[in-house]
Amino acid sequence: MAGAAGPGTGPGAARGDGDDSLYPIAVLIDELRNEDVQLRLNSIKKLSTIALALGVERTRTELLPFLTDTIYDEDEVLLALAEQLGNFTGLVGGPDFAHCLLPPLESLATVEETVVRDKAVESLRQISQEHTPVALEAHFVPLVKRLASGDWFTSRTSACGLFSVCYPRASNAVKAEIRQHFRSLCSDDTPMVRRAAASKLGEFAKVLELDSVKSEIVPLFTNLASDEQDSVRLLAVEACVSIAQLLSQDDLEALVMPTLRQAAEDKSWRVRYMVADKFSELQKAVGPKITLNDLIPAFQNLLKDCEAEVRAAAAHKVKELCENLPTEGRETIIMNQILPFIKELVSDTNQHVKSALASVIMGLSTILGKENTIEHLLPLFLAQLKDECPEVRLNIISNLDCVNEVIGIRQLSQSLLPAIVELAEDAKWRVRLAIIEYMPLLAGQLGVEFFDEKLNSLCMAWLVDHVYAIREAATSNLMKLVQKFGTEWAQNTIVPKVLVMANDPNYLHRMTTLFCINALSEACGQEITTKQMLPIVLKMAGDQVANVRFNVAKSLQKIGPILDTDALQEEVKPVLQKLGQDEDMDVKYFAQEAISAVAQRLTKLDFPVKDNEEPSAPGADKNHFLRPRGPGEDTGKGPAHQLHVNTRDTPAQLEIAELVHFS
Amino acid sequence: MPYKLKKEKEPPKLAKGTAKPSSSSKDGGGESTDEAQAQSQPQPQPQPQPQPQPPSSNKRPSNSTPPPTQLSKIKYSGGPQIVKKERRQSSSRFNLSKNRELQKLPALKDSPTQEREELFIQKLRQCCVLFDFVSDPLSDLKFKEVKRAGLNEMVEYITHSRDVVTEAIYPEAVTMFSVNLFRTLPPSSNPTGAEFDPEEDEPTLEAAWPHLQLVYEFFLRFLESPDFQPNIAKKYIDQKFVLALLDLFDSEDPRERDFLKTILHRIYGKFLGLRAYIRRQINHIFYRFIYETEHHNGIAELLEILGSIINGFALPLKEEHKMFLIRVLLPLHKVKSLSVYHPQLAYCVVQFLEKESSLTEPVIVGLLKFWPKTHSPKEVMFLNELEEILDVIEPSEFSKVMEPLFRQLAKCVSSPHFQVAERALYYWNNEYIMSLISDNAARVLPIMFPALYRNSKSHWNKTIHGLIYNALKLFMEMNQKLFDDCTQQYKAEKQKGRFRMKEREEMWQKIEELARLNPQYPMFRAPPPLPPVYSMETETPTAEDIQLLKRTVETEAVQMLKDIKKEKVLLRRKSELPQDVYTIKALEAHKRAEEFLTASQEAL
Repeated sequence: MAGAAGPGTGPGAARGDGDDSLYPIAVLIDELRNEDVQLRLNSIKKLSTIALALGVERTRTELLPFLTDTIYDEDEVLLALAEQLGNFTGLVGGPDFAHCLLPPLESLATVEETVVRDKAVESLRQISQEHTPVALEAHFVPLVKRLASGDWFTSRTSACGLFSVCYPRASNAVKAEIRQHFRSLCSDDTPMVRRAAASKLGEFAKVLELDSVKSEIVPLFTNLASDEQDSVRLLAVEACVSIAQLLSQDDLEALVMPTLRQAAEDKSWRVRYMVADKFSELQKAVGPKITLNDLIPAFQNLLKDCEAEVRAAAAHKVKELCENLPTEGRETIIMNQILPFIKELVSDTNQHVKSALASVIMGLSTILGKENTIEHLLPLFLAQLKDECPEVRLNIISNLDCVNEVIGIRQLSQSLLPAIVELAEDAKWRVRLAIIEYMPLLAGQLGVEFFDEKLNSLCMAWLVDHVYAIREAATSNLMKLVQKFGTEWAQNTIVPKVLVMANDPNYLHRMTTLFCINALSEACGQEITTKQMLPIVLKMAGDQVANVRFNVAKSLQKIGPILDTDALQEEVKPVLQKLGQDEDMDVKYFAQEAISAVAQRLTKLDFPVKDNEEPSAPGADKNHFLRPRGPGEDTGKGPAHQLHVNTRDTPAQLEIAELVHFS
Repeated sequence: MPYKLKKEKEPPKLAKGTAKPSSSSKDGGGESTDEAQAQSQPQPQPQPQPQPQPPSSNKRPSNSTPPPTQLSKIKYSGGPQIVKKERRQSSSRFNLSKNRELQKLPALKDSPTQEREELFIQKLRQCCVLFDFVSDPLSDLKFKEVKRAGLNEMVEYITHSRDVVTEAIYPEAVTMFSVNLFRTLPPSSNPTGAEFDPEEDEPTLEAAWPHLQLVYEFFLRFLESPDFQPNIAKKYIDQKFVLALLDLFDSEDPRERDFLKTILHRIYGKFLGLRAYIRRQINHIFYRFIYETEHHNGIAELLEILGSIINGFALPLKEEHKMFLIRVLLPLHKVKSLSVYHPQLAYCVVQFLEKESSLTEPVIVGLLKFWPKTHSPKEVMFLNELEEILDVIEPSEFSKVMEPLFRQLAKCVSSPHFQVAERALYYWNNEYIMSLISDNAARVLPIMFPALYRNSKSHWNKTIHGLIYNALKLFMEMNQKLFDDCTQQYKAEKQKGRFRMKEREEMWQKIEELARLNPQYPMFRAPPPLPPVYSMETETPTAEDIQLLKRTVETEAVQMLKDIKKEKVLLRRKSELPQDVYTIKALEAHKRAEEFLTASQEAL
């Protein structure tokens, strides 16, 4: 596979006998012959070491020719090679010799595989900066020209990415040539090349003199923007952003706008989509005047485009567009020219459009101010909160903070609650998961009373959800809530309910108690942990289900640092020792893990350091030295642990995960 | 005898003999071409063998027509069938005509002969009016019916009447076709939310199909009409037309692609001037598919057409065609949705090799280059294709590629994925391949032996054990002495293996030391040491087992030959998604214009 026949140096040639100088290359050649791709890849990744061992001169005269002539390998190996060569200038003797790296990269820039080619171009661009102006014209520019006139489209595609790096430093005569080559690639017969040229048009325009931009780039742009392939036309839209930045308002109006208007109404939705997607950039590039005259009407059309894709892309840009309007007169423009279209989108037939809108619409309230928000936007928010598609509701809820700043959340709370409850009970667990993640945010905005009254029961219900991911998220949600509302609140509202579950007939719920204790103990502090939680944990050590018992061991290890020495010594240790004699090997394993962790802590605490300042501290940092081997969460460690993967839960979760697509 | 079969390419001639339409071509030049094409009725081809026959002693001839693309890629069997609330229909946005009120015109057959041409044109123009089938399916029902009836009547008319395709009809018919069909295809919409997966998602059907179908039908009849004259038509069916036609191949509706395929095939057959252009544009589609998007719905159909084109290539092959094989067909193996079009692709490749055996080496080297690393179902497809290639390989070509080839096969038989290992081991039931191995045993055996031997005990799947023993037994019978040598060598190699690993480490150590001497060393911190490569070997037979092996081979080489299921579908759907009854029915109801594409003879 690796056709490696060295330039006169067999692998054994240098080995053994006196001359050691070619030894590294002999090894490389030998390694590149290996059947195992991984080994070949490894040796290419160590190319810099080989070059160092060879020294700059031999790298130039031996290694690079070898790499140029003989490498035919898997794309993966070639990719690694292309990457390595980009950083090789120092290894061949600095900028004066940078051109030695061009031949191997040139051939890599012509291979079929796009990833390799792109990497080779990237490395070439990097190296071009290291060339002296003379070397650039003597070596680099000819390479670009060769690539640009290659037979096969791959080399011409690669050439497109190299014009902009060599143009600024070339002499005028050469510049003209470079422009000529670029022009011909823009009208290449192969669409792939035209696409590559179109995608580099903006970049190239930026390094050109203004006159050439007007006389050469603009016509190219106009041509590409009316190409027969929509895949080419849409790339011209991107170039439009860069070109527009370079031109004066008058030139813009005369040279670019006709094409842009045409693109916004292109018959292919892909082109229109691109206009919508790049709208903010375009808006900034053309300036406020043209925006008002041209872009706003175009935007209105995009908002009511016949393809949902286009509408969704435009809807995403609503907020940015409004933000970037000149402050003077902004409100009027939004109210009269944008809002009516937004209102339509709220009841769009396509859920992606609605959810795109929902993800930005709240942002308008800061722009429009309190009164307008209450009068015009609030009805839209409320409508979206009742939308049939959960994603729309979620997007609204996740952005509540914007509205909170402007009108306060109370305005919304009446509608908010049913929406939250419905999401909390959605049949899709990913939806439930998403709403759980917003709970701490909501709790912060709605305040503790509202929360206790309306949302607390939801949070508790999630603890006994039938999907593990939800129970897990609910557990960490509790922790965040405690951080927000304080330990006293925890003691009164959360802890009792959690502890009751320890007697639940379902072992999964009993385990949830343990997981909650793991999460809450740090936030609750020593007193609550010792007085209320520890007894429950210890009691559960007698559970009949092994999973519960070994989780007791893990919990004890976890809360150990929070407890004081007495509790550890007198209560925890005996229980762990008993678990250490358990008949189940996993329970034994985790008990022993916990025993050693606790024992370490006990010995540490024999020194009277820091004993008393610890309890209420979060303790996370201090745990490091206590538990050098990583605590119980490393579940992979149990020898037969997999036997206990609880069969009812995990598969159920996986099954759902595979079927539900939720982006 | 199979040798001979392979050389005589009978299909085009056969086609010519059976259905020779009257006055098929008036456009001079390329008679043979047109004759081969011009059969207007779908002629039942001699049913090609669906798959190669059981191993014969020698190379097998391959089919004379490309394997037709499946209308529905999904096997409708297991999953629950449901009727979804939303129909899986969407439509391209047609530019609706403003005035859609159509007047019913008198029937063509009832009107006087001299007025028929004028009426025909009127009807064609009437059919340029476009209707909405998506946002409001019930709109303009009356006028939609007028158009439908008109199209139906014209299909009948053009099929059964003579001399109706007059010069004035060409521009009108082509315009009618273009107006109705050339459109930007809609974004693929997958109701489940994720990206459309061509391998397993149900296609979205075109809502406007009731009209589109008839337009396609009409145009096909128009092209196939005995009166049709390419010389006149070429003014209207030009490069631009072909490009727009090719754009439609990305349609998600398999029925539409089926019509497009037949139409493009006819155009390719009749318009010699467009052939090079068509091939070039198809190449562009393929390049974009391979290197840029990896998404296109019509690859299988395009390959099917190409299969028939390649079938008709004249010998010796032009350089352009060879480049097509190496630079387009082989890289097509790389794309992840290969399963969607693999049968058509493999057919094209084998066609090439049957035409020119000297291409075997680059093809096999190419396949080995693109050999899947992690995608086992794809690997099975590669093995299928490789066997098809080996079926037609010349012994001289075989000896050129056998070493890299069998190194790959050695990896395949050691694959932990039992379907891959199984598929590779089936090669040992192919007598032609066995005869090739036997002729080159001295070079093949040393490559294959270690892999077979190592897995004879360690593979987790019992079926594989039987197959491996079978393979070993065949080797043993082939050359007892060589087999013993391989055994000895295996033993020796095994001992050397560990030593090598150590040697390699030392080598790199030494280079590292040399590098350290370089003052630049600190600037180029070598990458962190890579994790050593561990071999996955677990339990391999010891040398002592070899004697045992010899004894067991005899007993354990179960007669695998018997129970090998020839037609095993090794592809599995990734998940069982509910299927839509409506889509299934719509696809089942579609009648192909032609079951198999015939070869397009190359103009010389």
